[in-house]
Amino acid sequence: METNSSAISLRVNGETHALTVDNRTTLLDALREHLDLTGTKKGCDHGQCGACTVLLDGRRATACLQLAAAADGRTVTTIEGMADGDRLHPVQQAFLDFDGYQCGYCTPGQICSAIGVIEEHAAGWPSAVTADVRPEAGPPPLDADEIRERMSGNLCRCGAYVSIVRAVAEAAAQVAAGREAAGGQGSGAGGTRVTA
Amino acid sequence: MTAPSLAPGRTGVVGTARTRLEGRAKVTGAARYAGEVPFAELAHGWVATSSVARGRIRSIDTEAVLAMPGVLAVLHHGNAPRLRPGVGLFGPDATLQVLQDDRVPHVGWPVALVVAETPEQARAAAEALVVTYDEEPHDVAFSADHPGVYTPEARPPAPPDVERGDVDAELAGSAVVVDEEYTTPEEYQSPMEPHAAVARWENGRLEAIDSNQGSYAIAQYIAQLFFLDAASVRVTSEHVGGAFGAKGVRPHLVFAVMAATMLDRPVRVVLTRRQMFTMCGLRTPTAQRIRLGADADGRLRAVDHESVSYSSAIQEFVEQSTRPTRVLYATDALRARTRLVRLDVPTPTFMRAPGWAPGSYALESAMDELAERTGLDPITLRLRNEPAVAPASGLPFSSRNLAACFEEGARRFGWPDRDPRPGVRRDGRWLVGTGVAASAHAAMTAPSTATATAEADGTFTVRIAAADIGTGARTALHQIAVDALAAPPEAVRVRIADSDFGPAQFAGGSMGTASWGWAITEAAAALRERLALADEIPADGITVRADTSELVRARQPVERHGFGAQFAEVAVDPASGEVRVRRLLGVFAVGRVVNPLTARSQLVGGMIMGLSMALHEEGVRDTASGSLVNGDLAGYHVASNADVPPIEADWVDDPDTHNPTGIKGLGEIGIVGTAAAVANAVWHATGTRQRHLPIRLDRTLTR
Ligand code: FES
Ligand code: FES
Repeated sequence: METNSSAISLRVNGETHALTVDNRTTLLDALREHLDLTGTKKGCDHGQCGACTVLLDGRRATACLQLAAAADGRTVTTIEGMADGDRLHPVQQAFLDFDGYQCGYCTPGQICSAIGVIEEHAAGWPSAVTADVRPEAGPPPLDADEIRERMSGNLCRCGAYVSIVRAVAEAAAQVAAGREAAGGQGSGAGGTRVTA
Repeated sequence: MTAPSLAPGRTGVVGTARTRLEGRAKVTGAARYAGEVPFAELAHGWVATSSVARGRIRSIDTEAVLAMPGVLAVLHHGNAPRLRPGVGLFGPDATLQVLQDDRVPHVGWPVALVVAETPEQARAAAEALVVTYDEEPHDVAFSADHPGVYTPEARPPAPPDVERGDVDAELAGSAVVVDEEYTTPEEYQSPMEPHAAVARWENGRLEAIDSNQGSYAIAQYIAQLFFLDAASVRVTSEHVGGAFGAKGVRPHLVFAVMAATMLDRPVRVVLTRRQMFTMCGLRTPTAQRIRLGADADGRLRAVDHESVSYSSAIQEFVEQSTRPTRVLYATDALRARTRLVRLDVPTPTFMRAPGWAPGSYALESAMDELAERTGLDPITLRLRNEPAVAPASGLPFSSRNLAACFEEGARRFGWPDRDPRPGVRRDGRWLVGTGVAASAHAAMTAPSTATATAEADGTFTVRIAAADIGTGARTALHQIAVDALAAPPEAVRVRIADSDFGPAQFAGGSMGTASWGWAITEAAAALRERLALADEIPADGITVRADTSELVRARQPVERHGFGAQFAEVAVDPASGEVRVRRLLGVFAVGRVVNPLTARSQLVGGMIMGLSMALHEEGVRDTASGSLVNGDLAGYHVASNADVPPIEADWVDDPDTHNPTGIKGLGEIGIVGTAAAVANAVWHATGTRQRHLPIRLDRTLTR
């Protein structure tokens, strides 16, 4: 092994991969070039556009700003891991139904981001537009303004934002209903309250 | 099969909302874009660009870089393949004559390509490459009174000058005159997918997968450029991550072909985001002077529109910003002039609604000022000046339903209740205002070819070298094919984006769906005639080809345009100068709408780009170094989700059979007029006119 490379292990979409990467390789390039998971997109390579958004240990992260060598041992969920077999994730289905995209290049990042948003919101995380941020206030309604704010790290040059907001609201409502049906409070305090 | 009639609107799926055919592939990440197709032995090219604005390359230190790990080659003007000069998609294109000589025409001009085994190696080597220059003085300072301003040569679709009637006399005789200057800055298309191509030689054929707006023309062009036989080049572009005018032929493809040819292995070249800002075109800044003369009742007597824009030292590109003025309003006298100045800057190109977008900002802002000065409602003023024929050409319109757009939009927006006085509405700390503007875009049709095949299994395959750059073209063409073949949707396959399918119009000029749809309709009709005579379908199917060249050429000349009315409500914080757009409404007359779901996305997407143009986008050029200061997505802000309010787009009936499909195209009209509607709303909120884009904080606060 060359000294400027590292042997790492990544758990991606439920599968563990052992790979040797150049130390300069980003997590994004490891996914795209080494694992042939090209669903995660590269729009800027500088953390400016959100096209490379994945879930890293369950949280939103821009894969272009992570070195693969530093992600050794971590768990990554990419767009390819979001559907349940043939059944799309509610966010994927809502993007399809509401036309929450045009060229589709920002879309995997938007969808991963939206899935992260729904979780963060359910966990009670406030955003910059949340009026009452006291913990006891619980999560704010996931209304259009909250969605716009929380999704603003994902640029869409085609300008699909209006449908994206609708799709995320619709999917969030479904995820919340699913949680309730499962009898749980979801992963966070108070579950997800949604107003679209 | 049955033989239904082909009358437009007869059958089911055109006009109905359909989700995208490739939707599942896009939401699951399965859709592969040009830079995402793997090949064995793939090598990676990385472009090195000039750091000076003008001069000659003195030396390129290739030796040090060739010794770096994994480096396979360094291509530069001393060793790169020679290209045929004087060719291009739209006339000779100097921007693609890369690595042909030592001249540097602007900062960011490509000076070398480093090819290596991995992208990391290629990038490190390209960044380590030392290039020295003999610098020459440069000039990148754009202004309307630059001594180098000249009149460009006439070229389609609009001659630089139009003059009808005596503008000066009519201005002198006018009761009310508006005489103002408006400017727009450098703007960048910035599609989310960076330009990418992979090229390889396969069985004596050059095969390229490229991110572009039209594979057929690009394959032809690459063949010419590399002295190849046209049939020996194939270009495909199945999925394209946005284009907005920036994805004609770009240097990344030329580089991929050069390197694949020299190394005889597949080579991929992907531009960085920063490189896209210097190598892929931009919308030139404009400086526009508008003079309107009117009678006291608002009837226009004179319209004078002069627009100055820039182009590079190596290539003349003309932004035809007076185009809206040539079609929108009746006037006794009309003068439109287009001027140009050549600077040491990257070459501008088409950006969504070239000419129309910046031109409409100036004209529709001036119309709002005329409404203020005549005391007329801005919509009343516009309707009072509706022309019977196109003001510049004198030709009739194929259809014109601008008035219906204003009427329907005014009703929905609540316009009739508007208080015309500026600067008087408060909502908490915000000043609130509303504005309106007209929208228009040419609706042309170009020749295309398509084939339709009846397969032995009873299904159909339609092939056309169309491109779906996010427009929904694939889905719309499927709908058109289904109706034209009178077949069930699941029995019809549409294949696009392959140069082997034959000549077809580019995805540009809002001409794609109208041009391709006509060719498909013709092919389907011919196939049905053939099938009526056939006893059985052979194993390889029955294929017919249609070519609309003759049909397109045989039409009578008319003025064919889409029209629209754009409404905006804004809130301005008088303390910070911040402008928030609160809502936008656009009502359009755009012929026949094939797919309301994707059409609405296109129109709203255009309006969002218009909002972004109004408030955010500005390329800032440093005159000392000649470079763009903010050439990335952090510095060049495009509208993000939180910038965008609820937006509605809809359309009125606009029957038009000048193209028998009735389609006018709607990819660009959404951006036309938005910036003026926003600027007019900011005036209504604050009382301050906005004659320079973008409407920055400092500009809203200036009195
Ligand atoms: S590619 Fe990672 S943020 Fe743009
Ligand atoms: S769908 Fe094209 S960038 Fe978002």
